[in-house]
Amino acid sequence: MNHSQSAYYRGIRMAPYDLVKEALVAFGVVVVLVVALAALLSSPDEPPMTIAQVAQQTPLTFLNVAIGDLDGSGEIASYGPPYNDGTGSVQHIGPISLQEMGGVTIPINTAQDFVIAPLRQVAQRDPSLAQELAAFEAATPQQRRDWERAYRDALARATVQGIEVVVPTGAYGPVGPMMAALLQMGQDGGMDGFLLTSTHFYQTDYTRPLLFIQGDPLHDAAKQFHFLGTQWGMMNETGSYPGQAWLWLYTFWYQIPPYSTSPNGDALVWLTMAVLTVGLILVPFIPGLNQLPRRLGVYRLIWRDWYREQKPPNREGA
Amino acid sequence: MNLTAKVRERILEAWPPKQLLPDEQPAYVHSYVYFLGILTVGSFAMLVISGVVLAAFGPQWWHVSAAGHFVNSIHFWSVQLFFFVMVLHLWAQFFMGAWRDGRQLTWVSGCVAFVVSIGTAFTGYLSQQNFDSQWIAVQGKDAMNAVGIGAFFNLLNFGQMYGFHIVILPAIVGALIALHLLQVRLRGVVKPYPLPSPASGQSVPEDRS
Repeated sequence: MNHSQSAYYRGIRMAPYDLVKEALVAFGVVVVLVVALAALLSSPDEPPMTIAQVAQQTPLTFLNVAIGDLDGSGEIASYGPPYNDGTGSVQHIGPISLQEMGGVTIPINTAQDFVIAPLRQVAQRDPSLAQELAAFEAATPQQRRDWERAYRDALARATVQGIEVVVPTGAYGPVGPMMAALLQMGQDGGMDGFLLTSTHFYQTDYTRPLLFIQGDPLHDAAKQFHFLGTQWGMMNETGSYPGQAWLWLYTFWYQIPPYSTSPNGDALVWLTMAVLTVGLILVPFIPGLNQLPRRLGVYRLIWRDWYREQKPPNREGA
Repeated sequence: MNLTAKVRERILEAWPPKQLLPDEQPAYVHSYVYFLGILTVGSFAMLVISGVVLAAFGPQWWHVSAAGHFVNSIHFWSVQLFFFVMVLHLWAQFFMGAWRDGRQLTWVSGCVAFVVSIGTAFTGYLSQQNFDSQWIAVQGKDAMNAVGIGAFFNLLNFGQMYGFHIVILPAIVGALIALHLLQVRLRGVVKPYPLPSPASGQSVPEDRS
């Protein structure tokens, strides 16, 4: 003990203490607990969703996602930074948008990346699709919009037979065959591979496949696991496991207005949590808050043995 | 002048072994509350050990191997225990006003370690390569993007999240825990609050925090 500690503890009885033994006992307790919990309760591992599963099990959902990506009505098509210059999901804190300041660093053009580019690959060995694709790309923007709208209208009246989608005839030009080819590619597993592929052989970035299924496909599946934002979202976990309980406060804000109703909800939650986190870190320096423990008096319980030991006139302890 | 001797003397002066590993403590250090901090360190050690095994075999291993799944389960329950005891430790230190008498930075390092630990666990959930990872990635991306973080911290990029989870963030948490322990040992354990005088019935003066 150096001089400052000796001075600090002056008048206080010192008792033998074995820190190393305490650490070993603590580690032993941890080992026994986690090994027992692991053996008894295991851990969750729900298999990931694939684009092929979406295309096979919910082909209508797949086509709705695909036409949204093509006609620009999908969420990611107009999302905004960091994917594109859209404004659909751009959030502000007052007049400031940190999202826009971050810029477009992961460029995504849903029509090109999620529809046209995969179809070009299929078209290399499908001359008929190549013709449809060429007709689509040669058309005026207005003509494309008309085809896309006609297809979307027809899709609303489509029926599903097994893994097939029967779309009523309409004036949707090449969009019908293009969507049918994309669905086929999805069901064959080609979309999973294509969207993951980049110019490199090895892959670790799942941005594009995840953005393709991030809407209805994942949301429909997530509902059964109580994963939706209104169900305390990502704090939960598949199966009967505790999940990220430490995110309870962060997730809590999403359950109440204005966070749950504001278009800037995420940014507001971040701002709130940033203020609270800084507040927690700076508790020792905040007048009033740094006196709260003394007023609450829980310390009397923690140090009850010590206080009992202190007899008057040494009642004040240290 | 021998620089080596000088550095050694400085180290011994700043960090005396007797103070780093004391064999006695004030008598008031006598409560299970004092066990929570070292339990947190023990859980972190278990996280590192199980995490190293998982990393050594690669991120696919635990999905296809019973042994791998068991090690993952140990890692999973270690993080649950880690947060459980760390939060109890944090509350206990709050109720004890543990930042008093010049210990403010000990509180700060502990809280920052807590915050970085949340990021570490979050990237762990993103690195699982299962449905939970997919969902947390697509849900979390909107929050990250809303404040501009998503521009360079892409939750959908498994490689980036895995790197953060197994190297960058645990190294920061480990360094913060080491700093926190060093601060605790060098400053010693805070004294109990003085009790109000029973004769006067008055509370003690405000503490110097």
